[in-house]
Amino acid sequence: MSQKLLQVEGLTTGYRSRAGHIVQVIRNVSLEMQRGETLGLVGESGCGKTTFGMTLLGHLRPGGQVIAGSVRFEGLDLFGLGPDELATIRGQRVAVIPQSASSALTPTMRVADQIAEVLALHLGLAGSELQERTLELLSQARLPQVDELARRFPHELSGGQLQRVAIAMGLAGRPELLVLDEPTTGLDVTTQAHILDLLREIQVSTGTAMLYISHDMGAIARVCDRLAVMYSGEIVEDGAIEDVFAHPAHPYTRGLLGSVPRLSYSGLPRAMAGRPPAPGEDAVGCAFVPRCAFADETCKTIDPALEPTDRVGKIPHLAQCHHWRRVLASGAAGWMQDLKARTNKAAEQEPLLELAEVDITYAKRGLAAFLARWRGEPEPPPTVSGFSITIHRGETLALVGESGSGKSTIARAIAGLLPPRSGRIRFGKQDLAAEVESRPAEIHHKIQIIFQNPDASLNPRHTVKQLLDAPLRLYFDMDRKGRLARSGTLIEEVRLTPRYLERHPGQMSGGEKQRVAVARAFAAEPDLVLCDEVTSALDVSVQAAVLELLAGLQADRGVAYLFISHDLAVVRAIADRVAVLYQGRICELGPVADIYSPPYHPYTETLLAAAPEPVPGARAQLLAKDVQEADPPARGCCFQRRCPRRIGSICDDETPPGQIAAEGHVIRCHIPLAELRESQVDLISPADIETHGVGADAR
Amino acid sequence: MNSLSAVPVRLDQSLRWFAQIWRSLRRSRQGTVGLMIVIIHMLIAVTSPLIVPYSPSDIDGKNRLAPPTREHPFGTDSFGRDLFSRTLLGGRAAIGVALLAAAVAVIWGGLLGILLAFIGGRVDEVAMRLIDALLAIPGLLVVLLIVVALGTGFGVLILTLGYAYGVSTVRVARGAALGFVARDFITAARARGERKGAIVRRELIPNLLDVLLVEYVMRASWSLTAISSLSYLGFGIAPPTPDWGRMVFENQVLLAISPWGTLFPVLALSSLIIGINLAGDALSKAIGLDRSREAPT
Repeated sequence: MSQKLLQVEGLTTGYRSRAGHIVQVIRNVSLEMQRGETLGLVGESGCGKTTFGMTLLGHLRPGGQVIAGSVRFEGLDLFGLGPDELATIRGQRVAVIPQSASSALTPTMRVADQIAEVLALHLGLAGSELQERTLELLSQARLPQVDELARRFPHELSGGQLQRVAIAMGLAGRPELLVLDEPTTGLDVTTQAHILDLLREIQVSTGTAMLYISHDMGAIARVCDRLAVMYSGEIVEDGAIEDVFAHPAHPYTRGLLGSVPRLSYSGLPRAMAGRPPAPGEDAVGCAFVPRCAFADETCKTIDPALEPTDRVGKIPHLAQCHHWRRVLASGAAGWMQDLKARTNKAAEQEPLLELAEVDITYAKRGLAAFLARWRGEPEPPPTVSGFSITIHRGETLALVGESGSGKSTIARAIAGLLPPRSGRIRFGKQDLAAEVESRPAEIHHKIQIIFQNPDASLNPRHTVKQLLDAPLRLYFDMDRKGRLARSGTLIEEVRLTPRYLERHPGQMSGGEKQRVAVARAFAAEPDLVLCDEVTSALDVSVQAAVLELLAGLQADRGVAYLFISHDLAVVRAIADRVAVLYQGRICELGPVADIYSPPYHPYTETLLAAAPEPVPGARAQLLAKDVQEADPPARGCCFQRRCPRRIGSICDDETPPGQIAAEGHVIRCHIPLAELRESQVDLISPADIETHGVGADAR
Repeated sequence: MNSLSAVPVRLDQSLRWFAQIWRSLRRSRQGTVGLMIVIIHMLIAVTSPLIVPYSPSDIDGKNRLAPPTREHPFGTDSFGRDLFSRTLLGGRAAIGVALLAAAVAVIWGGLLGILLAFIGGRVDEVAMRLIDALLAIPGLLVVLLIVVALGTGFGVLILTLGYAYGVSTVRVARGAALGFVARDFITAARARGERKGAIVRRELIPNLLDVLLVEYVMRASWSLTAISSLSYLGFGIAPPTPDWGRMVFENQVLLAISPWGTLFPVLALSSLIIGINLAGDALSKAIGLDRSREAPT
C-alpha cells in the first residue's frame, strides 16, 4: 500500500453567481497527506477552510462545482465516485467531526443509538457486539459512567461531553482520516484542553490521520505536526509546525502569528490591516497584496507559486510568496509597545466605581419564591456573592473566568439592567440606583457597555449614522448638523471612513461592526466602558486591531474599562489589574504582572495550565476535571469541588481568607501563601522574546 | 447638508425597502401573477365610475335576465340592470372597507402585540389570556352581533372588522417582537437610558414592519371575504350601492335560469382573493429569504 493517504491536485471549486459567472472558492490547491499525519489548516474566517475540509469527503455545498483538479483518497477520485461508493467512504474511511456537536447530533435520539447507527451501517455490527463497541467508543472519548450516559439525550449533556460524543461518533467507523472542523471553538479553556489532549491521544493510539481546521493557533499547536495556511482559497504556506511557527515564510502567516496575544508577553499583539477578499474579489497577482508590507510591483502582476523555501527539515517548508527570503530574514512580527504605563492604581487614585458586597441572584421572586419556601425547597445560593471591587479612573480591570462564572451578570448589574439582591454600587461620589431607569441622565452617559456580538447589539435596520446619532441625541444638546459632524469624527476615530455612515450593519464585516459599536459607546463620552467579551466573536487578526483601538482610546481619553474575557492571553495584553472569578466569587485579584506568576490561586493555576499557548509540542497540564457546575456551593470555597489542591473539610465549610501576596494582590485560599509559592511552578514558558523581538517592524 | 436632510434620507430608505420587496416579489412567478391580478382589480376599482357604460341602477325594462350581448356584455339581472357595470362597480365599497379595516386591525393589533412583548411579565400574561378568550369566539359571529346592534354604516363596518381581525394580529405581532426584545440592541438602548417609547419606536418597530406588511395583506384578504359574506347576509354594504356579495344573494334564486348574475360577481371576488393570497404568500416568503440573503456582503 502506498504511503500517501490523500492527494489533492490542483483543486479549484466554485459556484455560479446570480450574474452568471463562476466565483472561485478554493483555488488551485495541491496538498498531500501521509497516513497518520496531523495537519492543521489555519486562516481567517471566509478563507475557504471549511469548504476545503468538506471536499475531502467529496462534498460540495449546494450549487458548488469542481472546476479543475481532483481529490484522491488512496487513489480513488472522490468526485468521480457514485453516491453509493461515496457513502461507503464517508464515515468509514473519512469522517468529519463538526464544530457544533449540539447541532450535529439528533436531539430526539439517545446518544448511544446515534453511535450504534454508524457502527451498524459501516461495520455491520449487531446485538451485544454493537452495544459493547458503542460503550467502548464512549469510554475511549473519556466520558464518565458510559453505561448511564449512553442512554441520555444530547440536551442532557454538557458542551464538552457533546463534543466527546461527536468524537466517538467520528471514530466509530474506524476512519483513516478525520476532518475536524473547529472542534473546540466555543468550549471553555479547561474543556478545550481536555479535548485537545484526547485528540492527541487518539492520534497516537489509532494512527488516524487528522485534518484539523481552526483559527486558533494555540489549539493547532497542541495537536498537529504539520501546518498549512489558507488565504483566499489558496494554500500560501505549508510546513512542519515548529518550523512555520518559528520561521514563517509568508507575510500572512507572519501576520497571523503576530496577532495572537500570548500569556508569555504582556504587550498588545500586532494587528493585521485589512481583511481577506471575498470569493470573486480576487484580482491579478498575489491575493495578499493589499495587506502586505513586503509587496512590490511584481506581486501585483505575477501570481506567486507555492515553492519550497531554503528551510530544511523532514517536512518540506513551502511558501507561496515572491519574497519569502525577505520574510524569513525579517523574523517574527513582534509586539506593540504598551500605549500607556500599566499601573496598579489601587493605592493612588480616587475610585471611579465601587461595588461593595454585591449579591446577585436569578432566583425566583415574589409568589414563586414564597411557594418554593413553603414547599421546603432550599434557596439556591446567589449567582454572584459578596462581590466587592473598585475600578479607578483610567484603568483597565479585567474580569476573567469560564462561562457561567457570572462575569456578564456583574456587568449587567453595573449597567443597571439586573438589580442586585443586596450590596451597594457607588459611582464617583454618589450611590447608584439599582435600575437603569431610575438613574439620572448624567450617569447614563458616563457608563457605557459594549457587547460580545455586534450582530446582536447593532439594530440591523439602522444605518451607522442612525446608530451613532442615538447617544448624541440623547445626551448632548446638539442640532442635527452638529451630530452629523460628530458622527463623522467618531467614525474616523475608530479608523473607518465617513463612507460607512450610510451603511447598514449587514453590509459590514464583523470587525467593522465591532468598531461601530465602540464608536457608539465613545459617542457618549463615558468615564467607564463595560466591555463584555468584545473580541471573542472576532478573528485573531481583527481581535488584535480592536484591542489596539481600545488601548488607544483609553490612552487619549483616560476612560476606565471593565474588561470581561475568558481569554487569559487577551487579558494580559490589555489589563492593568485582573480579577479571577469562579461561580460568581472572586478567587484572586491583583496587578496583571502578579497574576501570571506564582503564587496562584489554584483556579488561576488551572486556567493558566490549560490555556493553549501557540507553542508547538506544548501539552496542557490538566489539573482539574472539566465538569460544569450548575450552582455554586452553599458554603466554603467556591472552587472546592474541582480544586486540585484541596486540603480537606476546611475547604467545604469555611470561606477562605483573602491572603495578601503583594500590594494589591489578594488570593482567597486556605493554603498558606508560602506553601503555594513553594509547590507551584511558573506555568508560563519564558517568552520567546528573542525570536519575537519587541518593537518597531516593517508593516 | 441642510437641516431637512434627514427627511429625504428616511424617505429614500423606505423607498429602497419597497423597491427591494418589489424585486423579490417579481422573482417568484406566483407573486408576479398575484400582483398583476391585484393591480388590475385596483385599477378597475379606481376607474370604474368613469368607464362603466350604464349607471348601476339604470333599469332596462325590455332586457330582463338577458344573456351576455353586445349591449350588455355580462347580461342583465331580473330588474334589467346591466351586470357588467354592476360587477365592475361592485368591488369598490368592499375593497375600500377591507383595506381600511385591515389597516385598523394591523395598527391596533400590531401596536398592542409589540407593546405586550416589550413590557412582558404579568401584564403580558394577563392580556394574552384575554386575547385567547376573545380568539375563541368566531370573528364573523362577533362582527354580525355588533353590526346587528349598531347598523351597517361604513364606519361601523371598518371598526368592527378592524377589531375582529386585530385580535389575532396581536398574537402574530407579539410573537415576532419577542424575537427582538431579548436582543442586545434593545438591551443597549435600555442601558443608554432611552425612554420606553423611543425604544419601541426606533428600535423595535423598524424590525417588525415586514411582518406587519404581510399581516396587513392577509388581513385585507380576510376582511374582503368577511365583508362579502356580510353583504350576502344583508348586513354589509347596503343597497343601492352595488356589491358582489349582495349581487350573489339577489341573483342566486335564478341561478338555473340565468347564471350570469351570480357567476360574474363570484369570479370577480374569488379572483381578487386568490390574487391577494398569491401575492401575500410570495411576500412573506420573499421577506424571510431576503433577510438571510442580506446578511453577508
